[in-house]
Amino acid sequence: MVTVLLLGAGAYYLVYRPLDEQGQFSMELWGPLIDPGNEVFSLVWARLRDGFVATFIAAALAIVSSLVFGTGLAVLRIQLKSLNKRRFTGLIAPLAVALRGLSWLLTIVSRLFVEIFRGLPVVITIFFVASALPELGVDLGDILWYLVIGLTLYNMVVIGEILRSGMEGLPGGQREAAEAMGLSPFQTTRMILLPQAFRIMLPALISQLVVVLKDTSLGFIISYEEVLRVSGQIIQALPEPNPIQVYAVVGVIYIAVNYALSKLAEYTQRRLARGRKTAGLPPEKPPAAITAEAETALN
Amino acid sequence: MRIARLTAIAAVAVLSLGVAACGGDDGDDSGSTGGGTEGKSFAAGSTMERLNKAQKIIVGTKFDQPGFGLKGLDGKPAGFDVEIAKIIADELGVPEGNIEYIETPSAVREEKIEKGEADIVVATYTINDKRKERIDFAGPYYVAGQNILVKADDSSITGPDSFKAGDKKVCSVQGSTPAANIEKSLANKAEQLVLFDVYTKCIDALNSGQVNAVTTDNVILLGFIARNEGKFKLAGENFTEEPYGIGVKKGDTAFRTFINDTLEKAYSDGRYEKAWKDTAGKFDDQVPTGPAVNRY
Amino acid sequence: MRVLVDHFDVFAGGLWLTFQLCLLSAIGALLLGTVAAVMRISPIPPMRWVGAAYVTVFRNCPLTIVFFFAAFGLPALGSNGDFLRIPGLTTIFSRLGVDIPYFRFAIIALSVYTGAFVCEAIRSGINAVPAGQAEAARAIGLTFTQNLRFVVLPQAWKAAIVPLGSVIIAMIKNSALAGFFGLVGELSNSGVNLTSALGEPIIPVFIGVSIGFLIMTVPLGLLIDHVERRRAVAR
Repeated sequence: MVTVLLLGAGAYYLVYRPLDEQGQFSMELWGPLIDPGNEVFSLVWARLRDGFVATFIAAALAIVSSLVFGTGLAVLRIQLKSLNKRRFTGLIAPLAVALRGLSWLLTIVSRLFVEIFRGLPVVITIFFVASALPELGVDLGDILWYLVIGLTLYNMVVIGEILRSGMEGLPGGQREAAEAMGLSPFQTTRMILLPQAFRIMLPALISQLVVVLKDTSLGFIISYEEVLRVSGQIIQALPEPNPIQVYAVVGVIYIAVNYALSKLAEYTQRRLARGRKTAGLPPEKPPAAITAEAETALN
Repeated sequence: MRIARLTAIAAVAVLSLGVAACGGDDGDDSGSTGGGTEGKSFAAGSTMERLNKAQKIIVGTKFDQPGFGLKGLDGKPAGFDVEIAKIIADELGVPEGNIEYIETPSAVREEKIEKGEADIVVATYTINDKRKERIDFAGPYYVAGQNILVKADDSSITGPDSFKAGDKKVCSVQGSTPAANIEKSLANKAEQLVLFDVYTKCIDALNSGQVNAVTTDNVILLGFIARNEGKFKLAGENFTEEPYGIGVKKGDTAFRTFINDTLEKAYSDGRYEKAWKDTAGKFDDQVPTGPAVNRY
Repeated sequence: MRVLVDHFDVFAGGLWLTFQLCLLSAIGALLLGTVAAVMRISPIPPMRWVGAAYVTVFRNCPLTIVFFFAAFGLPALGSNGDFLRIPGLTTIFSRLGVDIPYFRFAIIALSVYTGAFVCEAIRSGINAVPAGQAEAARAIGLTFTQNLRFVVLPQAWKAAIVPLGSVIIAMIKNSALAGFFGLVGELSNSGVNLTSALGEPIIPVFIGVSIGFLIMTVPLGLLIDHVERRRAVAR
């Protein structure tokens, strides 16, 4: 009870009073956002809707391409790992050496790729994708694609690592059984390991969707017209600029959408856990570092 | 120089009379030129002919520059630059509704012209020699200058030199020429300079006292003075000269000349003044005299 | 590549400022996150609600918006973040003491945002502590605070260290945004400035900025991998 009172008093004196004194609660500032009778109300919301649509389009494209390329990356790294153990004994010596060298090289390149794009701020990746690609003569026309590429470079690496660790975390018997049945390493990955990894990692993958959705807001750096940039334009176009109000409304919508998504992730996790129990398998937990990364990656 | 310009105007006037004669009466209302569309004829193979035939023009402009090019609540850009583009389109016989606007932030303007993604770029685009290496400029149609915005009751800042003492803080926009200019007058960057992505954020910071001044081109500052009655003022005279030009593809001299002619025509027949009064003139009621175009 | 040599001071200065920002924000985030985690498991319901609300809000809000409210909402509340001008600290981290408050605002934004993730990491650590531990502690008469201090938290920290590392790496990368909210001279902002204001070639600048960030993130990442692998073997 005391805590509730304390919190209430704190909020009143530290937040409400100073804001009120500055007139931050005036209808002139809030009207365009919350009063349907306001003359620009429908215009403002039409622009915000366009902004959110642009945000969702970029996020959807980015998550799909991250999934596709991330899966490819995970399979590649798993294949390379088993390839590196092979000696190519059946082949003539120079060819065997060349093949081994090639697989080592690919291993190193893919590892570097992962470390670099996992370690770089997404905002930097996006900015430089958008400015370096045209410089190199690659012109994609729409800014959307630069944003999607920037987001994909980062998220494919994260998703790739989620899937890879999912596959490596599977009981060794899965792979052994598959090989005993005569499946090739690639068939084993595609038919046995990958589907299970997807299942285990589904909650982490949905969490990654939240990350992508939030990251889309970084499109402002290359002037992609997602919702935050549109908000900026609205604020400037209104006779009474109201940044605090507009960003508060956009923030609340963001939080609601992402909250729903993370609830969905929790729900799938519970369902999966239940399914597994009935199947009599030990509950597989994704390595903590990976899921945490998925959940905390850049805003 | 003066005489040359007068003769040029006279020549344009004669020329435009000829054009107007074909299109019938389009004297006072610039919006009613729809009928004149077919009447306009341009040299075969010229950019003007291509745009006129296509009945479409792509204009690059800013979407975030109050008074010049700002995307409004209706999703369409509006401002002085946009009005200038409309005048040019009108002279080309392209109806207003067929103008397509694309956003050209400072960093990509040359590139958009080079690749032909924009037919003209009207985007608070300062004419300078470095840019002329890649594109050509028509105009200038306006001469801006960098200035400093301070609170109305602040007399301690009078110009860029006021920052040399090291105790005044100034705000500008990232990667912009004004920011680079003012940096030269600062004693300590870390303690004096604040950079944001748009000027409105600078104004907020000035309002709540995090900085003492905002610097950029005078017209942008005038916009903020007009919007916040009595709160702000300019600290002194402009200390740079920024002639705004219209970017076209390098080497397209015929098109450049056509735009220059159009500008001069607009100076004399009142369309330039109207364009100003409808847009940036709301901040600065002093109508600028159209600067002499530079037919280099 | 000449730009890397010519502007070495810019890159070095940017790295140093980003490092200061990250260090201070990491401390702030760990403090806030721990407090929030304790609130979330406290026996008083309103405390739990506040902790949960804090985590929900900041985990689901884009950092850009959090930054915006730190840089423009706090001044509206009449604060310049002056409580961060801690005597002594300001002599080491000179930016903390300057009149321009955006360094302090950036620390606040990053700490508050990252704190929500720290809270979740610690909570996952607490969940990893067998329930019998806390029950046994209660049975021998320890209070809630004693229980936390001597039994639960020390063990939770151990389990939480790997996810915490990932959180801090993410935070280092997030710090790049500070340069777009008024902090002049930070690494990513310096890079953007070099290309768009001074017209330096993009790719070398990109490499310079990348190296700066990778210097901070990659070693930390390898360290976490190492800890995780050692754990796995120990188990």
